[in-house]
Amino acid sequence: MWSMTLKRLMFAIPSLIGVVIITFLLTRALPGDPAAYFAGPAATQEAISQVRAKLGLDKSLLVQFTRYVGDLARGDLGNSLTTGQPVVTEIRNRLPASAELTLLGLIVSVLIAVPLGILAATKPDSLIDHACRLVTTAGVSLPVFFTGLILVYVFYYLLGWAPAPLGRLDIFFSTPPQITGFYLIDSLLTGKFDLFRAALSQLLLPALTLAIFSLAPIARMTRASMLAVLASDFVRTARASGLTPFTVIVTYAFRNAMLPVITTLGMVFSFLLGANVLVEKVFAWPGIGSYAVEALLASDFAPVQGFVLTMAVLYVALNLIIDILYGLIDPRVRIEA
Amino acid sequence: MKRRQFLKSMTAVAAGSMVPAPAIWSSAKAQSRQETLLIVSESGPNNIDIHGVGTNVPGYEVSWNCYDRLISHEMKTVNGTPYYDKDKFKPELAEDMKIGDMSATFKLKKKAKFHDGTPVTANDVKWSLDRAVTVGGFPTFQMRAGSLEKPEQFVVVDDHTIRIDFLRKDRLTIPDLAVVVPCVLNSGLVKKNATEKDPWGMEFTKQNTAGSGAYRVTSWTAGTEVVMERNDDWLGGPLPKVKRVVWRIVPSAGNRRALLERGDADISYDLPNKDFVELKSAGKLSIISTPYSNGIQYIGMNVKIPPFDNPKVRQAVAYAIPYQKIMDAVLFGLSKPMFGAPANAPTQVAWPQPTKFNTDIAKAKQLMAEAGYPNGFETTMSFDLGFAGVNEPLCVLTQESLAQIGIKVTINKIPGANWRTELNKKVLPLYTNVFSGWLDYPEYFFIWCYHGKNSIFNTMSYQSKEVDAYIDGAVTAAAAGNKAEYEKDVKGFVDRVYADIPRIPVYQPYVNVAMQKNIFGYQYWFHRRLDYRSFVKG
Repeated sequence: MWSMTLKRLMFAIPSLIGVVIITFLLTRALPGDPAAYFAGPAATQEAISQVRAKLGLDKSLLVQFTRYVGDLARGDLGNSLTTGQPVVTEIRNRLPASAELTLLGLIVSVLIAVPLGILAATKPDSLIDHACRLVTTAGVSLPVFFTGLILVYVFYYLLGWAPAPLGRLDIFFSTPPQITGFYLIDSLLTGKFDLFRAALSQLLLPALTLAIFSLAPIARMTRASMLAVLASDFVRTARASGLTPFTVIVTYAFRNAMLPVITTLGMVFSFLLGANVLVEKVFAWPGIGSYAVEALLASDFAPVQGFVLTMAVLYVALNLIIDILYGLIDPRVRIEA
Repeated sequence: MKRRQFLKSMTAVAAGSMVPAPAIWSSAKAQSRQETLLIVSESGPNNIDIHGVGTNVPGYEVSWNCYDRLISHEMKTVNGTPYYDKDKFKPELAEDMKIGDMSATFKLKKKAKFHDGTPVTANDVKWSLDRAVTVGGFPTFQMRAGSLEKPEQFVVVDDHTIRIDFLRKDRLTIPDLAVVVPCVLNSGLVKKNATEKDPWGMEFTKQNTAGSGAYRVTSWTAGTEVVMERNDDWLGGPLPKVKRVVWRIVPSAGNRRALLERGDADISYDLPNKDFVELKSAGKLSIISTPYSNGIQYIGMNVKIPPFDNPKVRQAVAYAIPYQKIMDAVLFGLSKPMFGAPANAPTQVAWPQPTKFNTDIAKAKQLMAEAGYPNGFETTMSFDLGFAGVNEPLCVLTQESLAQIGIKVTINKIPGANWRTELNKKVLPLYTNVFSGWLDYPEYFFIWCYHGKNSIFNTMSYQSKEVDAYIDGAVTAAAAGNKAEYEKDVKGFVDRVYADIPRIPVYQPYVNVAMQKNIFGYQYWFHRRLDYRSFVKG
């Protein structure tokens, strides 16, 4: 187990180095001149070159790169020009916001998608199978901002059940002391239950939006892999031995069908974390996706580099966790490794 | 019976979990809601010091409300809305102003204090004005527009008296002291936080307010919210009624509208025109529309790039713009037309004023033939994606219309971050843009946009000795108070640039503000942002 973990980590190093080089080069290849942008509307050529020198953009690419790697080694991701804050601080503040939302969305999605997929697989071509197909197709084909706006319109504007889509907390609550950065957890740890409730009510609609969008891959994957497993010999044997359908499906079949579902979950999670920009925009959520996009629009190098790097590290960590989970679920993987 | 009880308890649970925060608001919260103004807008500040490098327009709003200037403007009423009076000044930090022939002397309010309690002195004023003329970039440019260029101009007479010496006679000097830039900073506090590399303490003021203004920033999360609290010791004017201002950034226009209609947000001012028209007719909110002072949305042509070097081609384009369609379909009528003045209307001594152009395809075709382009030509039209809501449909309509006179237009969308860079290069042949000047004087607009000095806003690279002479003449005449000469010069430059037509005025945009019916006291300012100090929540 440990050797596998270590081996995995070793494999990650070259990809991280690659990511560092590529993000650096890509951000430099962006059109637009950050110096001209930040010199302001009425700047002269002279003012622009002053700003350029200040930002260190007048140096050669190699010098800039060495400096970047040097800073990186000290854990310094640079300063964002658009928000004026150090990138590390911003990511530390914003990543939990995105992660909390994405995790909750994923949990909601799994709670709906996995049973739906299992039911659809046990009764192929039945009403429930068609319902599953309809729900997943609809979920994946509606753009997230559209689902989000519809939810806001119905639950906030028309019915008034949901709170105003104003980000993580209503304006009259102050943020809980930062322990994990997850408001739900932090508010519980400090025993502030009204804060927990407020944070949860802000989270519900965006999480639901994400859940609707991510239903499809999870439900379809569960269905497909359950179908394959249900058709296999050991299931037939189990059935022939007179086990109850519940034991056959949940204990024997589902456990074997879980591997591809876990892989999909990992993929969906990392995809959602970076790609829920639109949900963040609709719900004014101070997440990491909208941060990166705003920085990109302003040719603001440092946050873009920081974002891509954080995402790469997260990917590596996530893959590692999935690999370990594989071993826990399926002993064969453990033995082969 | 049991079933009933069960149902009852279920309803209670459902109600408990569904009804959001308002139901559990304590009276203390309701109280603070009453004293808090919640503003929602699309984007927030990137720097709360207007002297900063690249401070954006939302940043000006924070500066305006958190810092004081020596003087400010009185209010008048235009179309029922309080509107700043460009000709009348009132003291803010100063209690008295004496304008001499070549200098102005200001006596400071003796009891005025910064947010941290230190008294405001003439040294702070001098240090702040020195900073504005020295740091470079936008603040220095703005100061220079009023002939405020050198630190030697600002002289400390005693602790509470400062004299500003004039470099030359310029009628824009005094108005330029009442714009957002010459704000007074707490020099002691900023110096404490300055470093050798950063002698003006720009890194500190970027994040912290160090002023004496009516509000101070208590928390700012970039891209999310700004919270400002009232400074109860403010002496710049009557104590504001609103204790706390919360400014949340809500990027989705649909949600900003929903927040307003549900009554959760108090004010929003950057909604699409269509929403404003619908909100206005629904009548649930107060909507105030005011034309931008000294501002025009225009279609520009680079006169250095053929075929736009030919005045006939430019006139042909001016006759082929679908003006009325733009007014109806893009702006929903929420703008002031800057076209179609009657052919015999005399030129006014005012700015902006409409051109005599109208959509006339036959005339445009004839001009194209005279210019030697009977079959038209191909070109690109660029716009700033940051304002795509108006710019994109405007360009598409123009594209359709220009096709009728043989001009094949490709539309070039430029992201907001690159717009200034591209504009700065002065290589775009055809584009649309907005310009508006803080100081509401015709010659001020023309210095920026048409003078041969070729400032960045002369995006057409327009050069005309005749226009330069008129502009310079108007500046001199205004300083000397020679009204007849001034009027002749203003009419002269307006006539000339409307004949040469390097940029085609289309309309004067409106500032649209939507607020709850219980919010009063909105004032229009030249900077077009909100002044919290006058708001009242009923």
